[in-house]
Parts: sequence; C-alpha cells; structure tokens
Amino acid sequence: MTLVDFLRETLGLTGTHIGCEHGVCGACTVLLDGESVRACLMFAVQADGANLTTVEGLAPPGEMNDLQRAFQAFHALQCGFCTPGILTTATALLRENPNPTEDQVRRAISGNICRCTGYQPIVRAILDCARSRATATGEGRAK
Amino acid sequence: MNARDRVLARDKQVGAATVRGEDQRFLTGSARFTDDVRLERMVHAAVQRSPHANAKILGIDTTAARETPGVLSVFTASDFGGPLPLIPIRLAPMPGLERFLQHPIAADRVRYVGEPVALVVAESRYIAEDALDRIVVDYEPLDPVTSIDQAMLGKALVHEAVGSNIGSHYHVSRGDPAGGFAKAEYTRKERFRCHRHTAAPMETRGMVAEYDGAVLRVWGATKVPFFNRRLLAKMLELSESSIDLIETDIGGGFGVRGEFYPEDFLVPWAAMQVRRPVKWIEDRREHLMATNHARETECELEIGMKRDGTIVGLRAIVMADLGAYARTGGGVALARAPQFLPGPYRIADYGCEVYALFSNKTPVGTYRGPGRYEANFFRERLLDMAAADLGLDPIALREKNLVSAAEIPYDIGKLVPWEGSNQYDGGDFHSAFRQALAAIGYASLPKDGAAIDGRLHGVGVACFTESSGAGPSESARIVARPDGGYEIYSGVTTMGQGHETVFAQIAADELDLPLSAFQVFHGSTAYVDEGWGTFHSRAIVVGGSAVKMAAESMREKQIALAARRSGLAAADLRLSAGAVLRKDDASTVLEISSLAQAAKDGDAEARDATHIKARFDIKMRTYSYGSHVAHVAVDPETAQVQVLSYVALEDVGRVINPLLAAGQAVGGAVQGIGAAFLDELIYDDSGQLITGSFADYLMPTSTDAPPVIPIMLEEAPSASNPLGAKGAGEGGIVAAGAAVANAVANALSPLGVKITALPLSLDKLAASIRAARRESR
Repeated sequence: MTLVDFLRETLGLTGTHIGCEHGVCGACTVLLDGESVRACLMFAVQADGANLTTVEGLAPPGEMNDLQRAFQAFHALQCGFCTPGILTTATALLRENPNPTEDQVRRAISGNICRCTGYQPIVRAILDCARSRATATGEGRAK
Repeated sequence: MNARDRVLARDKQVGAATVRGEDQRFLTGSARFTDDVRLERMVHAAVQRSPHANAKILGIDTTAARETPGVLSVFTASDFGGPLPLIPIRLAPMPGLERFLQHPIAADRVRYVGEPVALVVAESRYIAEDALDRIVVDYEPLDPVTSIDQAMLGKALVHEAVGSNIGSHYHVSRGDPAGGFAKAEYTRKERFRCHRHTAAPMETRGMVAEYDGAVLRVWGATKVPFFNRRLLAKMLELSESSIDLIETDIGGGFGVRGEFYPEDFLVPWAAMQVRRPVKWIEDRREHLMATNHARETECELEIGMKRDGTIVGLRAIVMADLGAYARTGGGVALARAPQFLPGPYRIADYGCEVYALFSNKTPVGTYRGPGRYEANFFRERLLDMAAADLGLDPIALREKNLVSAAEIPYDIGKLVPWEGSNQYDGGDFHSAFRQALAAIGYASLPKDGAAIDGRLHGVGVACFTESSGAGPSESARIVARPDGGYEIYSGVTTMGQGHETVFAQIAADELDLPLSAFQVFHGSTAYVDEGWGTFHSRAIVVGGSAVKMAAESMREKQIALAARRSGLAAADLRLSAGAVLRKDDASTVLEISSLAQAAKDGDAEARDATHIKARFDIKMRTYSYGSHVAHVAVDPETAQVQVLSYVALEDVGRVINPLLAAGQAVGGAVQGIGAAFLDELIYDDSGQLITGSFADYLMPTSTDAPPVIPIMLEEAPSASNPLGAKGAGEGGIVAAGAAVANAVANALSPLGVKITALPLSLDKLAASIRAARRESR
C-alpha cells in the first residue's frame, strides 16, 4: 500500500490529496522527518519509524498557522486541491531557508502544480510569511 | 437609477477585497473532495478502456475477472439488457451532431483510446484495477482518423452509418462579405491552427453513488447537477425526485468537469445492481484520455482592408476536430469561434463557413473561454501580419478598427444558427486598450526584435470581447435562523471561484449584516427547486443576482411585517444587524431571530419573512471586453521564450470582490499562456495518445509562470442584471494565446519567422526559426 493510500484510507487523513499518482503534481506532498516527499511514490512500510507531518498537523485542530493565514490573506488558493501539498513544501522550504528570495520560492514549489492561481499569490504569501517570521524573531532586515 | 449610478452608490461589502471564509477548510485539510466521501459498505469501481483508436469488438471474456477474489461484478454492454441509452447534447444543438452521440459503454465498436468497455466493481480499488487486467477483449483494429484533413477527406469513417465525418456544416454571416471584399485594396489569407489541449483540473473526475431501493444519491456533482439529474432519471427510468446529486468540494472545473460523461451513468447504474455504495475515482492517465479535450481547431482566415488599414471584410472557414462522439457540450466551442472571430472590431461584412468534424480521438467539450481562445489567436495574429504588410503600426491599426463607444450597443448579428442576433451591450473598447498599453509601459518597452544580451524582445497585443451570463435563470433561497445565522442556498455550483464569500458579500449589503452571519450552500439538487449551474461565467451575473433579489425581498418583507405589527410606517423603518429599527431613534421594533423562532413554531407570517425564495431570469447576454499585452524575450538559438511581463485587462461591469476577481484574471492568464507553450494532447498516426501522463502533458509550473498584472475595470456596468456584473472568469484566458503569439512573432520579426500555429513549444518554435533562416539564406 502506498503511503498516500495509507494516510487517506487507513488513517482517514484526507487532507493529503492524490493528483496524478506518478510523482509529478505534488498534491500528495507530506513531510517525512521534515523533508518534503511524494506520498504517492513510496510505500507506507517505508515510512515505518519516521516522523510524518501532513497538512492536518501544521496547526492545532481548528486553527491556522502563520503560513496558512498568509495563504488566506493573499488569496493563494482557489479550488484548494493542490494547497496541502504546497503548504507542506513551503513549510520545508522555510525551515531550511527562512529568508528565501522570490526565485528560491518559485524553485522550491516548482514541483507542485496549481491550475487555479497562476502561482503569483502563492509566492507572495510564502515570502510574506518569511518576512513576518524574520521580523518577529528580530533577525529580519527592515524592508 | 442607471447602471453607472448603482456602482457609484457602493456600499460596504460589495466591492471590498474580502478574504474568503471558505479558505480555512482547504488550508487545514478538512475540505471534503469527492474522494474524501466514505460510506459504510462502500465498494470501488474501475473502468476498462479501449486501447485502440478504432476497432471492432469481437468478444469480451470477463470470466477470470469475475472469479478474482474480492470482485463483486463485472459489467459490459451485454449486461444492460435492452438497448443502451445515448448521452444527449445539453447545449449548442448544432444540427447533425445528434447522429454522433455516445453510449455509456461500447458494445461492438470502440472509437477512441479510452472509451469504456467494461466496469469492474470490487471490495477495493486495488482489486478492481487488478481485475481489469484479467478481462480479455478481442479487438479487430481498423484504420483511424487522426487529423482534420483526414476527417475532411473521409477515406476512413468514424461512424460508417452516418456516411461522413462531417457532423455539421453551415454558413453564418453579417452584412455582405463579397461586397466588402470587392472594396478591398489589400487582402491576406492564412491558415491557422490551435492545438488540442484540456483543462486538467488538479482533482480528477469521480463520484460515489448509493441506492437504498428508494433514493439514489450521487456525491461529486458539479457544473450542472440539475440538468444531469434530469438526464440520469430518464436513463435509469427513475423519478427526478428520487435522485439527489450532491456537490462536494471540487478541485477545479474550468468547463471540463461536471458534464454528463459515460461514468455518470455507469457508476449509479452499478450501485443499483450491487446494492452497495460504489465509488469511482478517475486516475490521471484515465483523465487525460477520458475527460473532454478541447480547442483543436483550424481556420482559413482572409481579411480585406483599405491601404490605410480600415477593415472592409473578413471571411473564414473554421474546422474543429470534435473527437469520436458529440458530447454534452455539443458544438459550443466550434460555434463560438465564428461568433467571436470579428472580435471587438467594426467589421460590417463578415462570413464564416463551419465544419464539425469527427475523428478517432477523445471527444471534446468546453474549456474556459471555448472558441474565444482559438478565434482571438486567429484574428489577432492576422491583424499583425496585415499591419506588417501595409507598414502600419499594430496599435494604430487596432485603434482605427475597434468599435467606438459611440457605436455601442453594437449589433454583432446572428452568428450562431440556433440563437438570435446579439449586441455588445456596453463599453469603451478604446479606453480599455489604452489602459492596458499604459499599464505595461508599451511605449518604452524594447520590441520588434530588439536584441538585448543575445535575446530578441517583442511585444504583442490582443483585444477581445467575451460573452457571459447564460440564461435562462437562477434560484436562490435565504433562511434566517433563530440563532441569528443566515443560510443562503444557490443553484450554482462552485469549483474554487469563491462564490461562498461573494454571495455572502451580496446578501450582507442588502441585509446590513456581517459576512460571518452567513453560511452558503450551493450546487446540490436538494437545496433549491431548480438550478442551472456554473458555466459561461454566469454564477455571479445570474446566481449572484438571484441572491441579491432574495435578500432584497427578505428585507422588504421583514420591514413590512414589522410595520404591520407595530403600526409604524414602513418608510420609517430600516433593517440592520438582525433587527428592524426605527430610523429616527434606532430603537428595535422587531428582532429577526425572534421572528425566525416564531417561524419555527408555526407562525406562517413569520415564516414568509424569514424563508425567502427568489428566481432571477436573465433576458440578454452581457459582453465583457478587454485587452492583453505581453512582453517577451526569445533566445533565437534555443527557442526559449521568457514572458517578462503581462497585462490582462478586462472590464467586468462590476467587481464584487477585487481580490477574487484578480485571482481569476491571473490564474486564467497563466493557464492560457502556459497552453500557448506547453499543454498539448498529441496523438500518433495510429490514434494513440502519447501525452497520457503529467510527465508528458506539460503545464506551467511556478518557474514557468510569468508575472501577470491583472486589471479589472468597471467602466461599463451591465444592464442585464441588478448587480451590473459581467462574467469575470474567462477574460484572463481568452486572449492569452493571441497576445503571446503576437509577442513572439514580433520578437522574431527580424528573422522573418512566421507563426500561424499554437503551441509555440520548444521543438515547433525551433523548427520555425530554422525554416526562416533557411529561407533567408
């Protein structure tokens, strides 16, 4: 059984979506020990003992974290189907590179297809979240 | 109050860039898409599809599949007992297409790769898919028809019984095309081609069907649930009232999702046979071969002009490859291309011959901007060619020929045989064009092949008109609850546009309530008596107007009731924040939550003022319009094109939510620009689809997507509806192919590269550049 089927069917965590089942669209992206991976391209048993984060785990139930709120503020989602995979990808990006350039954001999410937004508001939302975090931790340069 | 004053009298919510209330469920993973629907005892279906483009079915052996542990049933055409139903045409009843309808499952002949041949129902999807491999179908392959030329030639026939691959052939015109051309001092004729591609929404099609012996429920409905219910009832010989089509969250539609497909019959039918809920979710490979394709159209276009660039005539032959069968969308795209070929220009004398052709490819349907994307590309490309021939500036040429504000309403004639004549109902096309050029800084952009760091720069423009607001009607229902909440029910469906927020904005202004007071329910057949769905950019224009009418009616009824019961004059009362108040001292006359409680307790008068139904009937189409401008840099050695900046400007009459409207414009533009370079459904000579995965079927990613400047104007509110709105969902895409093709051609003009076909994929553009260089040697 694939990891994405295990998450959706066995655990009932349907926030992780299936868009192509061949590793191109990125809708099924989850964090495996913090790294973004395609849940459609691995078997569930391969994740044995790993720490998995899906979209359901980004914020406490009923709440949204700063990245999710930035997506809402910038209208970075329309149909919302690709959104969980983009959120997990961006979460990994901002952990590895807390202050990315626009080009770095675009490259980081280039493995996630979105048909609705044209990506522009997604990129802006991720950059805005990074800037807010930098400001909050006092590490950011005033812009 | 005229339409313009209505817009100026702007109130709090309509016009505000409000963020969407629906976002939270999508951002936290708690949305409910079709595959998230899970029912007790649910089983899974998988579809066996034809691997041949054209073949006779000599026999089907399902024995081994049926014997697979976990398989409940395997259905083929012979299991249906009696004649198989046909899937009819929903709109654009192009005469002749009714001879090319599809059965939900193939009996003795398959006509495209992907046509359903058998349906397996099993305990799990894994088992169902494994069982597909155990079905043995004996095919006798036949020669396929795989191009427009082959279809016209008719050497091989897709439907022998019809005797021709030409499904429909007609002529439309306005004025006197021959007379117009007689006045021409210059003519040019070119053959153009727009490629086959499709919407590819991120969620594939799917459904869950459950039949309890009395009621059939089908989850996963979208686009046109009421029409589909009517059809399904007829095909299954059930009453409409015994079927509920239920809308789930939908992962993108763009026209292709929610039409009635073969599976929309097969899966509910199977659920009735096995008496367990059946889920079917299309996989991506299936999607690319089974969900409607679009856009494959060729056009021979000729323009007649005076030497000064005045257009005196336009004539065309438009030929579209509709694939193997006529789908529910019939000839929509093919009929709209001739309608929109003259575009926003003053062309009194115009004629077009139309051919609907059938081939051994996946059937086509409507995709965002059907017919417009194609027609705008053909016309705008030819305008640039003519400008170059005559030594005229392409901007000045367009300004000379755009219909002026003084000429509007402008009669566009009867260009669709089964419709009356139409009019551009309002606007200033010149103003829109000027603003688009200014927004991109047209005058100072490097263009005409200016070389910078080894790349050639070009700028392309395209002007367009776009129809919206298809009738006849839409329904809305608003209920005030005892807890102070309000429920809005609409007959339109939603696939990501944000109608929940927009409808709440519209009602909030009428009832003077915060957005948080509203819950919006849409799409499902149980919500309103009748609904018409979401297509042709009609959800706000028609559906939003119905919501506005329902809210207005609720306000008036509540004030009237308060007046009757208090003895005060209605004119001295107003409704605000859930209470009817006196205008003079703002004291409360009637609490609406108490009224809602009284309604619940049986007070008929209270019910009448808290349960409101409205239906808005739209009498005319409304036309939005605009201009796109693209600035590109092309590497002449590698044929790499970078779109450096892009303006997508459209006048939509009235912007209900600027944040969401801009989202439609940017998203549409990127889809359309991407399609001009990447998306292509390619078939080989044997009719095999060779772009059947996302590894082969390319769509724009975040590193491909150019920066888009969305501009929404409100210079010409529509008189067709109380909101003044025009469609806003398709203006972003309709001129995108045209603008980027013109920009690339402009960049490569020093090399003499001729561009008459989309896509401008790397291989094709590189070949064009090589050809131009060979010729110039």
